[in-house]
Amino acid sequence: MAINWFKYSAPSTFYWLAGKLAPWFAWPSAVLFAVGLYIGFFVAPTDAQQSEAYRIIFLHVPASIMSMFIYLVMACYAAVGLIFNTRLSSMMASALAPTGALFAFISLWTGALWGKPMWGTWWVWDARLTSELILLFLYFGFIALHASIDDPRRADRASALLAIIGSVNVPIIYFSVKWWNTLHQGSTVKFTGTSMHAAMQQAMFTVLVACWFYAIAVALARVRSIILERERNTQWVAELPEARS
Amino acid sequence: MNPKPDNKNRLSLFGLLGLVISRDLMLAMRRRADVLTTLIFFVMVVSLFPLGVGPEVDMLRKMAPGVVWVAALLSSMLSLNRMFSADYIDGTLEQMLLAPQSMSVLVLGKILAHWMLSGLPLMLMAPVLGLQFDMSGQALWVLVVSLLLGTPILSMVGAVGAALTLGLRGGGVLVSLLVLPLCIPVLIFGTGAVEAVTSGMEIASHLSLLGALLVLAFAFTPWVTAMALRISME
Amino acid sequence: MNWGEFFAMKGYGFYVWGSYGVALLIFIIEIVLVRHKRNITLQQLRLLRDAEKEEEGTT
Repeated sequence: MAINWFKYSAPSTFYWLAGKLAPWFAWPSAVLFAVGLYIGFFVAPTDAQQSEAYRIIFLHVPASIMSMFIYLVMACYAAVGLIFNTRLSSMMASALAPTGALFAFISLWTGALWGKPMWGTWWVWDARLTSELILLFLYFGFIALHASIDDPRRADRASALLAIIGSVNVPIIYFSVKWWNTLHQGSTVKFTGTSMHAAMQQAMFTVLVACWFYAIAVALARVRSIILERERNTQWVAELPEARS
Repeated sequence: MNPKPDNKNRLSLFGLLGLVISRDLMLAMRRRADVLTTLIFFVMVVSLFPLGVGPEVDMLRKMAPGVVWVAALLSSMLSLNRMFSADYIDGTLEQMLLAPQSMSVLVLGKILAHWMLSGLPLMLMAPVLGLQFDMSGQALWVLVVSLLLGTPILSMVGAVGAALTLGLRGGGVLVSLLVLPLCIPVLIFGTGAVEAVTSGMEIASHLSLLGALLVLAFAFTPWVTAMALRISME
Repeated sequence: MNWGEFFAMKGYGFYVWGSYGVALLIFIIEIVLVRHKRNITLQQLRLLRDAEKEEEGTT
């Protein structure tokens, strides 16, 4: 069975494909969220050291992982768009950016709410927290640069270059902040490495998959609008039933 | 086609670099106010800090490297917009892109000229400002060395941002938004070196990491900037 | 375990529900915004078409 994958890289076919696929990611995502949180809140036992507050982990860790992975995926899409000049991959990159920024924000927010009862402070200048904050800034830069260039082609290419530079910089930033942190803080903050109960791992993993599905569904839905906007002068958009009044 | 190459067109790499630098410096000398504004901004920001946090000498001495470095970072952002904008408006940049010489070398020349006009004056001014914060002589030396290694990186990374935002409305704020997060490692190692010398630790590791970043930036940013300029000029 | 106890989270209710509540709010806002964007885009397409039709009619 030979599927012509290149067929789906044309915006007109991908528009149709994304519309078909989005619900198949959206509904499983909702179900997985429900299952994951059920395990997290009703099956997973209370933590010996952190009592009930640790339950934030089921959201915090998946959100942090998502924010980093989405940046990488976005940079890859952007790089493909820059090198092979494929319009669709650039559109996917710009569709992913807001979702990634939101996950970075959720990660920071839940981190602060977790830190307050555990460490007694909303914020510490820990390497991970600081890197996450800088990652959020990088997302802002990408979105702002893309938004301020009117010519879509130039916007795609310029922000792609920025995303690539950012992804090269993220490890450098992470290690420099980590080094800076160990010099300054010593061991004021320790992540208590309690052995995780199997149910905790299951809950966290389920929510992570739910977040993945959510991100894919939202990105697909968003890329459809972007495709329509960019291709508004083409014949196939003019013939779309949903665009008929 | 022409078997006898014209001597005037055969510039060596360094000749070309020198030509670009001297041209940019000459242009800047005609508008000295721009260079001075950056320097005055730097002095002002640094001088505002004691007024904001109080005159306790111990605290000021402790925060001096951070203050000087952050002020240097901000003031080098100020002048980034000018790096390519004038050449972009009068069409020189387009000629440069069409020229047979390597664009990366031309860009490197412009970066070095920018550093001489923004980073170098800041570096020379920093010891005077450090005295305001009662820094020791040794710390002042390390501060200057760290600025010597660090400010070229700011110009190089800034060049990429300036090239990406070329000709955009609100480019000044945008370029800071893009470049500042990327400059964080420079800030960390730059201030780290000065703090290490005041607390009696060894400074070599900070400075060598800063040097490594400089080499890395030197190797890649002119090329990336040239690419960004091509994207922006299409 | 009754529901009051469950929502109290042994005194950590504010932190736990603050995390999940804000995340839920963000997800809802994002979904609403994506829907809104789609409606706006489709509306613009219709306007564009109407304008073209009018132009064809006049010329």
